[in-house]
Amino acid sequence: MSEPDYAIQTAGLTRSFGALVAVDHLTLDLPARRISGFLGPNGSGKSTTIRMLCGLVRPSAGSASVLGMDVRRHANEIRQRIGYMTQRFSLYEDLTVRENLDFLGEIRSLSRRRLRERIEELLETYALRPMADQRAGTLSGGQKQRLALAGAVLHRPDLLILDEPTSAVDPQSRREFWESLFDLCDQGTTVLVSTHFMDEAERCHELAILDRGMLAAFGAPERLMAGIDAATLVVWSDQQRRAAAILAASAEVKSVAQIGSALRVLVRRDLEAPCELLREVLSRAGLSARVEAVRPSLEDVFVAATGSLRSAARPREMP
Amino acid sequence: MNSPRRILAVTHKELRQLRRDRLSFGMIVGIPVVQLLVFGYAINTNVRDLRAGVVDQAGTTASRNVIAAIAATQVARPLARASSPAELEEMLRTGAIDAGIVIPADYSRRVARREFPAVQILVDGTDTAVAGALQALARMPPPIDAPLLPQQDQVAAASDGAVGSDPAAGFLSILVLFNMEKRSAVSVVPALIGVILTMTMVLFTSIAIVRERERGTLELLITTPVRSVELMLGKIIPYVLIGATQLSIVLFLGSHLFAVPVRGSLVDLYLAGLAFITANLALGLLFSTIARTQFQSVQLAFFIFLPSILLSGFMFPFSGMPGIVQKLAEILPLTHFNRLSRGILVRGATLYELRHEVAPLGIFFIVVLALALARFRKRLD
Ligand SMILES: Nc1ncnc2c1ncn2[C@@H]1O[C@H](COP(=O)(O)OP(=O)(O)OP(=O)(O)O)[C@@H](O)[C@H]1O
Ligand SMILES: [Mg+2]
Repeated sequence: MSEPDYAIQTAGLTRSFGALVAVDHLTLDLPARRISGFLGPNGSGKSTTIRMLCGLVRPSAGSASVLGMDVRRHANEIRQRIGYMTQRFSLYEDLTVRENLDFLGEIRSLSRRRLRERIEELLETYALRPMADQRAGTLSGGQKQRLALAGAVLHRPDLLILDEPTSAVDPQSRREFWESLFDLCDQGTTVLVSTHFMDEAERCHELAILDRGMLAAFGAPERLMAGIDAATLVVWSDQQRRAAAILAASAEVKSVAQIGSALRVLVRRDLEAPCELLREVLSRAGLSARVEAVRPSLEDVFVAATGSLRSAARPREMP
Repeated sequence: MNSPRRILAVTHKELRQLRRDRLSFGMIVGIPVVQLLVFGYAINTNVRDLRAGVVDQAGTTASRNVIAAIAATQVARPLARASSPAELEEMLRTGAIDAGIVIPADYSRRVARREFPAVQILVDGTDTAVAGALQALARMPPPIDAPLLPQQDQVAAASDGAVGSDPAAGFLSILVLFNMEKRSAVSVVPALIGVILTMTMVLFTSIAIVRERERGTLELLITTPVRSVELMLGKIIPYVLIGATQLSIVLFLGSHLFAVPVRGSLVDLYLAGLAFITANLALGLLFSTIARTQFQSVQLAFFIFLPSILLSGFMFPFSGMPGIVQKLAEILPLTHFNRLSRGILVRGATLYELRHEVAPLGIFFIVVLALALARFRKRLD
C-alpha cells in the first residue's frame, strides 16, 4: 500500500450532543507529512473533531478516514499508529516522568530494549532528564507539556494529534515546542494541532478555521491572508471609544477592535477608497482621524471568517 | 490475543499508584481492623439483662427454681412482680419491662405429666434481637431435677413435648445461652470477612476506573492499543492480592482477639475467598461502567453493601426471611461466602462439601464480568 497523500479526510463529518451540533458537516483533506492546524474559539468543535478522529467519540453523520482507515471500523488499527496529546494533561500525576513513559511503552508493547533506549532519547530531546524521577503532578506547565508530547511520540506514530498543546505555557516554551513539532514533521510525521493562538496558527502549513462547528475557512495561512474577503484599516483618533462605536454602526464595516491606541477595522473588500470613507464617516460625527490601510493578519482572516469580535466594546479574546 | 504484558503493565501501574496513595493504602489495613473491633466488641449482638416481669401463680420451690434458672442465664433479670398475665402485658406495652414470665398455678403438675409448655414467656417483639434472645431462652428445659446439668431424659422430654419446634432445642439451647458471648463472636467474625471484602473490593475497583475517567487519564489510556479485557484484568489483579491481605488480617485478629476457631483447612478458606473476591471485583468493574464520578461509585457500592449486610444472614437469620427475599439473597455473593466461611472455620467443613456454595460465586463472576465488558466502551460517549 502506498502512503496516502492525505493523512486525514472527512466528508460531512457531524456530531451532535442532543440539540447542540458540535461539529457540523465538516469536509476536510489534511495532507500527510505536514503540520495542519484547527483554529477556532472556545466551543467551536476542535476537541470533538479530534476525538472523532481518534475513535473516542462516534460521528453522528458523515465519514472520516485517518491514515486511509475508516474511523468507525478501524479505530483499533488507527490507535496503533497515532499519538494523541489531550487538551487536559492526562498522564498519571502520581507516577514519575520515567514511570509514565515506561507504562506507555509497555502498554504499546515496545520491546524492552527499544523502550529503554527510546525513553533515554526522549528524556534528552524534551529536556526532561533532570526531572526523570519527579512525579508528573509536581512538574511545571511547560514540563508537563513536554512530557505529554514525549508520551505521544514514544511509539513513533505516523500521525500526531495535539489538542491545544500550548495553552498552559509561556511564549518561550511555545516557540521551543513548535521547534520540536517541525523536527517531527521533518522526520515524516503528520501533525494536527488545535489552537486558539494566532501566532501558532500562522506556523501551520494548512489551517482550518472552525466556527460553531462549521468550517469557516481552509488553506495555507498566507493564502488565507491574501484571499481575505475584507480590507484591513488602522484608525487613530482622539476619542477611540466613540470612534469605535460610530464605525461599528456603519454598514460597510465588518468589525472593529481596539489594539492598544489604534482601532483595527475590517471593511468590505469591494470599496473603492476605504480610507477616505472611514475618515468621512468619523468627520461627520465631528471626529478627526488618521486612517491607514495595512496588510491583513491571520486574526483579520479569523475575524472576517467567523464574524466574531464584531463589537468594539467586547474585549479582545485573541492575543 | 490478550497480551499478558499489557495486563501486567496495568497491574504494575495500579500497584505503584496505590502505594503512593497513603489514605487508600491505610484503608486496606484500617478497614478490616476497625470493623473487626467495632463488630467484635462494640456492637454486641448478645442480649443481656433484659428487664423481666414475673407472674408466679404456683408459688412453689420448683417455680422459684425456674425463675432462678432464668436469672442465671443472664439474658433476663426478673425485677418486677405482677399479679396476672394481663398486668404483664400492660407492663410490656408501656415499656416497663422487655419480657414477661408466667408460671401457671399447676406448674408442678404440668412438669410431672410433661404437659409443656409449663412456663410461658411473653416477649416484646419490637426489637428482633431481644425477641430472638428470648426465643432461645424459651427452649430451656425444665430445671427442676438438675438445673445446671440437664440429663438425657429431659432432652427427650423437650423433644416430644411442645417446647419449640426444634427437637434438640432443650439441651442445646441452654448450652448456647450460657455461651452466648462466645457464640456471637464465632458467628460474627467469619461473616465479617465477607462483609469487609464486599465493602472494600466493590468500592476499590469501581473507583479505580472511575478515577481515571475523572482525572482525564482514561482519554489517553483508551487511545492506546490496550484492550478492555486487559484493562479490566490488570485492574483486578492488585485487588485480589489486597483482598487476600484483608482476609488474613481479619482471620489473624479474629482468632487472637476473639478466639474464633479455624477448624477447616486454610487453603479451602483462601480458595473460597478467591472466588468471593473475584465476584466482588467483577461487580466493582460493572459499577465503574455505570458511575461517572467517584461519588457515584461510593453510592453504588452502598447500594449493594446494605442489602448484602441485611440479607446475607450476617445481621438476621436467613431462615426467617420470606421466600422472595431469600431468592434475592441467594444472588448476593456475601450470602454464599458467609456459609462458606462459617462452614469452613466453625464447622470444619471442606470446600468440596460446600461446592454448591462456590458454584453461585463462579456464575456470578462470569455473568457480571461479561456485563461489565459489554458495557465498557473504549470511547468517551
Ligand atoms: N460530551 C459532550 N456532551 C455534551 N456536549 C458536548 C460534549 N462534548 C462537547 N460538547 C459541546 O460541543 C461543543 C464543542 O466542544 P469542543 O470541546 O469540541 O470545543 P473546542 O473547540 O475544543 O473548545 P475549547 O477551545 O474550549 O477546547 C461545545 O459547545 C461543548 O459544550
Ligand atoms: Mg477543546
